[in-house]
Amino acid sequence: MNEILKLLERDCRLTPRAIADITGRDEDSASAEIARLERERVIVKYSALIDWDKTGAGGVTALIEVKISPQRGDGYERIAERIYQYDEVDSLYLMSGAFDLAVLVSAPTMRHVSEFVFAHLAAIDGVTATATHFIMKKYKEKGCILDERPEQEERGLFV
Amino acid sequence: MIDYDSVLSDKVKTLAPSGIRRFFDLLEEMDDAISLGIGEPDFVTPWHIRDAGIRSLERGFTKYTGNAGLSRLRAAISEYLTRRFGLRYDPQTRILVTVGGSEAIDLAIRSLVNPGDEVIIPVPSFVCYGPITLLAGGAPVYVETKAENEFRLTPDELRAAITEKTKLLVLPYPNNPTGGIMERGDLDAIAEILRGTDILILSDEIYAELTYGGRHISIASLPGMYERTIVVNGFSKCYAMTGWRMGYVCAPPELAAQMLKIHQYAIMCAPTTSQYAAIEALTYGDDDIEHMRREYDSRRRILLDGLRKIGIDCFEPRGAFYMFPRVGDFGLSSDEFCERFLREERVAIIPGSAFGRGGDGFARMCYASSAGNIEEAVSRLGRFIGRLPRKNIR
Repeated sequence: MNEILKLLERDCRLTPRAIADITGRDEDSASAEIARLERERVIVKYSALIDWDKTGAGGVTALIEVKISPQRGDGYERIAERIYQYDEVDSLYLMSGAFDLAVLVSAPTMRHVSEFVFAHLAAIDGVTATATHFIMKKYKEKGCILDERPEQEERGLFV
Repeated sequence: MIDYDSVLSDKVKTLAPSGIRRFFDLLEEMDDAISLGIGEPDFVTPWHIRDAGIRSLERGFTKYTGNAGLSRLRAAISEYLTRRFGLRYDPQTRILVTVGGSEAIDLAIRSLVNPGDEVIIPVPSFVCYGPITLLAGGAPVYVETKAENEFRLTPDELRAAITEKTKLLVLPYPNNPTGGIMERGDLDAIAEILRGTDILILSDEIYAELTYGGRHISIASLPGMYERTIVVNGFSKCYAMTGWRMGYVCAPPELAAQMLKIHQYAIMCAPTTSQYAAIEALTYGDDDIEHMRREYDSRRRILLDGLRKIGIDCFEPRGAFYMFPRVGDFGLSSDEFCERFLREERVAIIPGSAFGRGGDGFARMCYASSAGNIEEAVSRLGRFIGRLPRKNIR
């Protein structure tokens, strides 16, 4: 199971047949295993990793530190739920350390992010402080170096 | 005006240029071709190894090393060979660091061959053994290995090739281009024939780390073989370090001392930066080898399954990163097959005939390429052979 997950995490376009070849099982059992993992939401979704900056349509991404006072009974959960409902929110993590929630937000412009913070995020009951950090350049994401790596100028073509 | 033809060395003139240069020229003109042609890892050298090279430069280690290579590197090679293959070589007297495995092969052949000496070379195999033998004044004796034997050298084939003049047997396993390996039993049979003769062995083990389903065994580890075996190995294939040009040769001290003379006059020493990187590779690189080996194995399985699915005959190769399918059933020579495949489907594979007699009718596919590339290449190959008449269904 883990081997299939590792293979798909790296390249979700691997066909069940290729996965069967690599893991030494038959194609049907590989397909069945993948279907089960999808059903159980171990495999949550398949998506492409896109470098939007290259398209000229890249918006802005911000990491927002959020401090909250936990609600009685619900702890952090209720506040987290209210935050992740927003489409702008790409990722939301509960953190150890100096702040409580890390919110990764992407939006077309800085102004959109600011509005999100002032109008929505800061207004949520229980949010006591926010600190917004704009991401200036993405070097690496999900294990991939985004900058084009230079190709060696000349390569020997030997057998 | 100098008549260059009259001044050139006769031996050099008789050497045939690489027959597939034309083929690579064609490939270079195509931006969108998939290449399963070049025999090189598709990985970049692992970062910690590159970093060790960089650090040596930062510290200013830019001078010559001793002729035989850094003592620390030779000690690391010795320790590595014991750890990985059970071979014991004294770093001071039996190990010499070379500029790639290629130089090591050159040193071994040149230090042994007298004019007229015969060198037995199983083919298909890497292209350098014959020309180097010729330059040394020796006579290459090519032994055609067979697909039905998975391109192993059989005792009968070897026996038939041995004469009074036989000086050296080249043992190129795991094999480029076939992916064939020699297992313990195969090596025992070869050793049995050589025991009691003065024939030496040049065991080119550059792909030793890349075997699937079992560890490589060096013939040097068999009884009576250590004293007659020259082991060639290097860093290019197992650590993805082709451009660093790092190899080594291990031999009895009497031979190593002679090889060192050629090396010191022709080369001086292997590149210092590369030697420092090589120490790092040997000391902390076992996991890198395993990671890359597993990757190649995945691709090997995908390619083999794909070929069989489209009805191309191929034995399961268990070494290196090559597959050597039969392409001779379509009424074309392997040269014609590969050239048309490249022109019509834009996939580069190498005609088996480039690797010597017995290679015609086959083609080498290097699976050191992404799984996506391999699947696409196989699908194009299926389309291509669909357009060809099948001559003799086997």
